[in-house]
Amino acid sequence: MNDVIVIGAGPAGTACAKKLAENGFSVKVYDKRAEIGAPKRCGEGISEASQNFVGKVPERCIARRIKGARLYAPDGRYLDAILSEGGLVLERKVFDKWLAEEAVKAGAAVQANTFISGLVKDTKGYFTGVKGEFLGNEFEEKAKVVVCATGAESPLRNQALGVFSKVNLIDSCIQYEMTNIDMDADLIHIYLSGVLAPRGYVWVFPKGEHRANVGLGIIPQDKKPKAYMDEFLKLHPEISKGSILEVNAGCVPVGGMVKDMVANGFVLCGEGANHVNPIHGGGIKEAVISGQMAADVIAECLKKNDVSKKALSKYNDVWWDERGNHLKRVEKLRETLERLSDEDLNDLVDALKPEDIIEFARGAKLSVLAKVLMRKPKLVGIARHLL
Amino acid sequence: MTWSINNDKCLRCGGCVSVCPVAALELRDNIIYDKKLCTLCGICDKACPVEAIKVTKQ
Repeated sequence: MNDVIVIGAGPAGTACAKKLAENGFSVKVYDKRAEIGAPKRCGEGISEASQNFVGKVPERCIARRIKGARLYAPDGRYLDAILSEGGLVLERKVFDKWLAEEAVKAGAAVQANTFISGLVKDTKGYFTGVKGEFLGNEFEEKAKVVVCATGAESPLRNQALGVFSKVNLIDSCIQYEMTNIDMDADLIHIYLSGVLAPRGYVWVFPKGEHRANVGLGIIPQDKKPKAYMDEFLKLHPEISKGSILEVNAGCVPVGGMVKDMVANGFVLCGEGANHVNPIHGGGIKEAVISGQMAADVIAECLKKNDVSKKALSKYNDVWWDERGNHLKRVEKLRETLERLSDEDLNDLVDALKPEDIIEFARGAKLSVLAKVLMRKPKLVGIARHLL
Repeated sequence: MTWSINNDKCLRCGGCVSVCPVAALELRDNIIYDKKLCTLCGICDKACPVEAIKVTKQ
C-alpha cells in the first residue's frame, strides 16, 4: 500500500508529492493528461520572486524574461512599471514536466494518461484509495491518504467534499498563443476595461520578440469570451495581423477559497480549493504553497498514524493563517475594482504611480489602493468603503 | 428539457465541470454528462468560454 496517492501532476500535486517523498513516504501521482502540462490552461506568467516557493526554474522552462508591466486604462493611456525583480513567462509543458521530474527524483512515482474515475471509501468513512484506468486497464489502488490536486476541472472534489466553483466567482477565459505580432516584448501588457473585459482584463504575455499569449477573462455571461476576443483583436491590428498557434480556454477561480479542505484520509489542494490570487488569477505560486503545506501536515499525521479529518484539519489552519486570510483581502480588493466604471478606471490609472503597481504585484494591500483612490476626488468614496 | 454539447466547439477546458453544483459533468476525451444527476440549472452554459453547451428549458 502507498502512503499517499496524489491525483493531478500540476504544480500543487507535484509539490506535495516531492515534499512527502523527501520525508521518506511512498507517493504515487496520477495525471489524466497524455502529456503532463499540455495543453496549457494558463497565461504562463510568474514573478521572479515566485521562485522562492517553486524553486529556481531552469532556463529551458522559461520562454521569456520580463522587465515589468504596462497597464492600459480604458481610454488607451498607459503606465509602465519596471519591476526590480521582473517576471518569467513559462513554457508550461516544459515547466510542469520539470516539476514532475523533481518529484520523481525525490522518490515519488508519476504516471501520465491515467484517469481517476472515483474515490474509494471504507465503512468507517475514510478515503482509502482510488479507482482508475490506464490504457484501457481498470485498476484500484490503496493509500493511507488521497490528495486531490486535480484543479477545478474535476468532479472528484465535489464528490468528496461537496466543493464546486460558484459561477460568479470564476472568470471565463479564452487565450490564443500568437506569433508574428508587434508589442514591447519586455513587458507584460494588461488592459483594464469594462467594455473590453468586464470584471477581468485582457493580457498579452510575451513568449518571444513577436510571440505571446493573448488572452482575456470575464465574468460569466451570455456574451462569451470569444466574442470579446474578436472585438479586442479588431481594435489591435498589430496583434490581429499575427497567426494563432494554439487556442486555450478555461475558467479561473477568482475567489471563494474553500474553508474546509479535508476529510478522513483526504486532502484538497491547489486550484481545486480555489487557491488562486483573486486579482490576477495567477495560481502557480499558490498551488505550490498549498501542496507543500498539505505535505507537511500529511507527513505529521502519517508519523502519528492518525489521518482523521480532525488530525488533517491542521492543514486548514495553517493554510488560512498563512495564505487564506491574505487572499481573502485580495478578493476584497478585486471586488472593489469591480465596482469601478471605465471612467473611474481612467482616473485610477491616471492616479497610479509605477511604485503602486509594484506594490500591487507584491501583495496588493487594500491600504495601498485606498491611498491611490484618495488622489482622485471622485474616487474618495470608494476608498472610504475600502477602509 | 434537454442538455447538449457541440463537440466541434468544445475546447475541453473543463470550465463547465468546475461550476457544476451536482458533479454531473466530467472531462475525459470529451465532456461526459450524467443525465441522472443533472438538474438543468444552466450554470455550465453560463461558464462556458465558447458557445458549446445548450440547455433548453421547454
